[in-house]
Amino acid sequence: MKILVPIKRVADPDNANKVKVSGDGTQVTSEGLEWKMNPFDEWSLEAALRLTEDGAKKTRTGEVVLVTIGPKDAAQTVRTGLSMGAERGILVEANDQELDSNMVAQILKAIVDKEKPDLVVMGKQTVDGDSNVAGTVLAELLGWPLANYAMSLATDDDGKTLTVKRELDTGVSTIKVTGPAVITTSDRILKPESVKNGVTPADFKYPEAEGGRYASLKGIMAAKKKPIDEVTAASLGATPQKTLSYLKFELPAARSGQTTFVESVEELVQKLKSDAKVL
Amino acid sequence: MAKTLVVAELLEGAVRKTSLSGITMAREVGGDFDILLVGEGAGGAAAELTGFGAGKVLTCDIAGGYVCEKHAATVAAVAADYEVVVACASAYGKDLLPRVAAKIGAGVASDISGISNDGGKLVLRRPMYAGNVFGTLTIDTDKKVITGRQTEFEPAAPSGGSSAVSAVAEVSDAAAGRIEFVSLEVVKSERPDLAEADIVVSGGRSLKSAENFTNIIEPLVDTLGAAMGASRAACDAGYVAADLQVGQTGKVVAPKLYVAVGISGAIQHLAGMKGSKCIVAINKDKEAPIAQVADYFLVADLFDAVPALTAEVKKVKAAG
Repeated sequence: MKILVPIKRVADPDNANKVKVSGDGTQVTSEGLEWKMNPFDEWSLEAALRLTEDGAKKTRTGEVVLVTIGPKDAAQTVRTGLSMGAERGILVEANDQELDSNMVAQILKAIVDKEKPDLVVMGKQTVDGDSNVAGTVLAELLGWPLANYAMSLATDDDGKTLTVKRELDTGVSTIKVTGPAVITTSDRILKPESVKNGVTPADFKYPEAEGGRYASLKGIMAAKKKPIDEVTAASLGATPQKTLSYLKFELPAARSGQTTFVESVEELVQKLKSDAKVL
Repeated sequence: MAKTLVVAELLEGAVRKTSLSGITMAREVGGDFDILLVGEGAGGAAAELTGFGAGKVLTCDIAGGYVCEKHAATVAAVAADYEVVVACASAYGKDLLPRVAAKIGAGVASDISGISNDGGKLVLRRPMYAGNVFGTLTIDTDKKVITGRQTEFEPAAPSGGSSAVSAVAEVSDAAAGRIEFVSLEVVKSERPDLAEADIVVSGGRSLKSAENFTNIIEPLVDTLGAAMGASRAACDAGYVAADLQVGQTGKVVAPKLYVAVGISGAIQHLAGMKGSKCIVAINKDKEAPIAQVADYFLVADLFDAVPALTAEVKKVKAAG
């Protein structure tokens, strides 16, 4: 099974409240913040690695190709993914400040046309743009079925067909998909038994984790020798069209007032009733 | 031909309340609008939407459960005649509308929080970076597709009148042949819906177990007539169902009162609740980041404080 995993670098999401806006309001700046792999992409990478390995024997049984779209520095993020276990990477050189979801989907389509993966597994959204659009548009451009918000994936025929549980705001929907397909993942894809690939023993449990697997020292060493191809949208024959124009960015208004520390539940209830008038 | 198409949402044969936020969006876009309802039982449920001032309510009964590929081509065929297509940014709207947009060559602005009409030009506003930045944007394509936050677009009130209902033809999509709906397990709750409740009580990892949610949080939830929510950590740990997650990737809530119990306040959680009018934190650690947004902070062990709070609220309510 060959899986394409698009990844994006984002300003450290645990410090997203420290991003700033340039004086003229035209750019979001994240100076001083570390670049991290978009958490949803990291979790999708974890799911893709689980689909293409024997988890018990820790052997690879398929191929995971990473792709990122950004400046040359973004290769660092690809390297991180390679050290987690992906086989190779592709860097599509572009100014990531100028991309919108539609452009990302069009560039990814060109990569898919070239790489012909069995699946594309990607984060449902990036935590900077928070759009939740690129995966769906990519599926439509390819004419492929789409499983958004996957919380579990199961295949017993090397990814040709998959049973997917989708996490919705109303509950859980189960669907069956015949590949090639686009899959986006939700938070729950990291659960110990969320991915079944018919190779890893069915009773195998991955450790509880809040993110993707850590790179081993061996993985980090191996990643240094793994290839990252550098291409451009033009070299792929893609002419991505921008569909959104951001006129300005602003920081949200601060919440008014200070935090009032209360000593007892009686005082809290009294304040909620008399001052805040919410009881 | 009306200017805007509202894509309404069905759940188990009834119109979901999210649809009314879509109608509010259409009213804010300005001009005439029609409503489209697609899915099993659409024709039967259409009457629920005829009193909101739409030119027409269009329906398409598509048998079986929802998958995007079964609805998108039909919605796109109808949407091709409109300038603007709107829907609530529920899981349904966010799943379906980008595919529709791609089919009709439209740009899509998702999860928007505001619409203004600048001399006929739509100017939109949307939260980004977990709500730490707001972007103001326009959609450059002739056709525009928008999903909006349920908490930012109040459910539309009926405006009287009776829109005509008519059925449209189902349009098939080759991609639908490779995806099959198996089941939908809808989480049923006697409590108010999280996204619509006036009061929300959420618990975090500090609750330590599902039993503690039942024994400690639920009595407070029910005494307040609140909806129950949870942090990602609590959902991941299996203390409560995943659909109760409040945050950047769970539900966004903006109630009058939000009570965060044993929630430290990770950025991803704050993104889902900092629009609440009044925020109460109950936490042992007064340095917890939840203090950045809390109006009231009770520094206490939740296992003592929450049952005491439940009792105190009961007492105050009984006294009127």
